[in-house]
Amino acid sequence: MKWIERQRAFIDFTLSSLWRRKAKNLSLLMVYALVIFLLSSVIFFTQALRKEAEAVLDGSPQMIVQRTVGGRHSLIPTDYAEKIVQIRGTSSVKPRLWGYYYHPATRSNYTIMVPENYPRPDDTVEIGAGVLRTWGPLRDGSFYFNAHDGETVFLKAINTMTNETDLVSADLILMSETTFRKIAGVPEGYATDLTVRIRNERESQTIARKIIHVLPDTRPILKEEIIRTYSSIFDWRGGYVIVLLGGGVLAFFIFAWDKATGLSAEEKTEIGILKGIGWDTSDILTMKFWEGAVISLTAFLLGVISAYVHVYFASATLFEHALKGWAILYPEFTLRPSVNAFQLAILFFLTVVPYTLITIVPTWKVAATDPDVVMRH
Amino acid sequence: MVVRKSTGFLILLFVGSLVMAGLFFIHPRLHRDDCERGLAKRRHLVRELQLTDLCLFTEARYTRHLSQADLHSPFQDYPMAFEHFPSGSLVLPPGHLAR
Repeated sequence: MKWIERQRAFIDFTLSSLWRRKAKNLSLLMVYALVIFLLSSVIFFTQALRKEAEAVLDGSPQMIVQRTVGGRHSLIPTDYAEKIVQIRGTSSVKPRLWGYYYHPATRSNYTIMVPENYPRPDDTVEIGAGVLRTWGPLRDGSFYFNAHDGETVFLKAINTMTNETDLVSADLILMSETTFRKIAGVPEGYATDLTVRIRNERESQTIARKIIHVLPDTRPILKEEIIRTYSSIFDWRGGYVIVLLGGGVLAFFIFAWDKATGLSAEEKTEIGILKGIGWDTSDILTMKFWEGAVISLTAFLLGVISAYVHVYFASATLFEHALKGWAILYPEFTLRPSVNAFQLAILFFLTVVPYTLITIVPTWKVAATDPDVVMRH
Repeated sequence: MVVRKSTGFLILLFVGSLVMAGLFFIHPRLHRDDCERGLAKRRHLVRELQLTDLCLFTEARYTRHLSQADLHSPFQDYPMAFEHFPSGSLVLPPGHLAR
C-alpha cells in the first residue's frame, strides 16, 4: 500500500508539472495521438480488407483460362472449352462474357457482364448500386449505351443490387448475352475467358500445366493466385501500405528522437531544484517515467480508439481519396471488425514502450550530474 | 472535496480502457450477425456471377481486375511507359520479379 501511495504521489506531481507547461504538452499529446491514429488506421484497414478479400473470393472460380495474343489478354474461342474438358480432373468448362464500358458523360468505367442465367428480357439490365450513384440523369428511365458499331442502345434497369454487396458489385451492369455482344462487339463463338471447375482442387497446378501444353496460347489463373494477389496488396509489408506506414513510423521516430536528444533549460532547472531539495536520482527517474507513461498511454488510447472508429464506423474515409485515385466510382462498404489482441500488443510495444523508455535517458544524464552544476548551466 | 489529480487520471485511464475493450471485443460480437449476413450475400454473388476481384479501384482495367490483368499490364501501353494511375502504386510487382 505504501508503494502504491508513493507512486500516486509521483503521478500527482507529474500531472501538476505537465499542466504547468500545458500548451507544449497538449500539442505533444495531439501529435503523438495522431501518429498512433495513422499507424493503427493503416493496420486495421489493411487487415480488415485482406480478411474480407480472402472470405469473399473463396467463392471465385477454381480456374480461369485466358487467351493471350502478343502478350495481351485476348478473346478466347469457345471451342477451346471442348479441348480443356477432355483433360482428366476437370468437371466442367464454361465461357464467361464480360468487359468494360466507358461512359463519356461521367468519365467513369463500368464492368459489363453476362451472368450464366439471365432470366430477363434483352432490353433490361441489373445494376450495382454504384452505377446508379454515378451514371447521371437517365433518359426516360433508361440507360443509354453506345454500342461498338456506334448505334445507341437503351436499356431499362429493373433491379439494383444492395449496398451490402457494393464491395464486389458497385460497378457491375448485368445484361443478356445478345445485348452484351451487341454493345461490346464480341463475335459469336468467342468469350472473354473460360471458367474451369476441377474435381480435386489439389490437382489444379497439374491441370493448369496440361492446359498450357494442349493450348500454348492460354494463361490459366488459379483461385489461389487470385486470393494471393489481394493478400499481397494488403500486406502491411509491401506496396502502398508500407509507404503510409513508413511515413507514420518516421514521424514517430523524429518525434521520439527530439525527446531523446535533450531536455529544455526549464526541465533541467526543475531537476536541479528537485535534487537540491533532497530528491534521489531514482525519484527523478520514476517521476520522468510517469511523465512518459501518462503522455504515451493517453495518446495510445486516443489514437487507437479514434482509428477503430475511423475504420469500422466511418469506413476509413481518410483513405478513400488514396484508394479512389482518379476513379469516379468508389464502393460504399462497412468492414467487418477483425482486430485481435496480438495487433493491439504490437501497436502498444511499437509506440508506448519506446517513448516511455526514451524519455528516461536524457533525464538520467541530467539527474546524475551535480545539482549545483545543473542549475548554474 | 478536492479529487486528487492521480485519481482523476486513473479514472480516465480506466474509462478509456473500458471503451477500447468494448470496441475491440464487444462491438464485433454485437455486429457479428449483420456482418455474416452481408458476407454471405457477397459470397453468394461472387459464386453466382463467377467474380474474381474486389471493386476497389475502377480507374483502369488492370486495377479493377487485378487478378486478371496481364503480367506486365501497367507498362503495356508502350515499352518503358510509366505507370500513371495512382492505384497502380498499390500493386506489388509480380512474385517472379520480386524474387
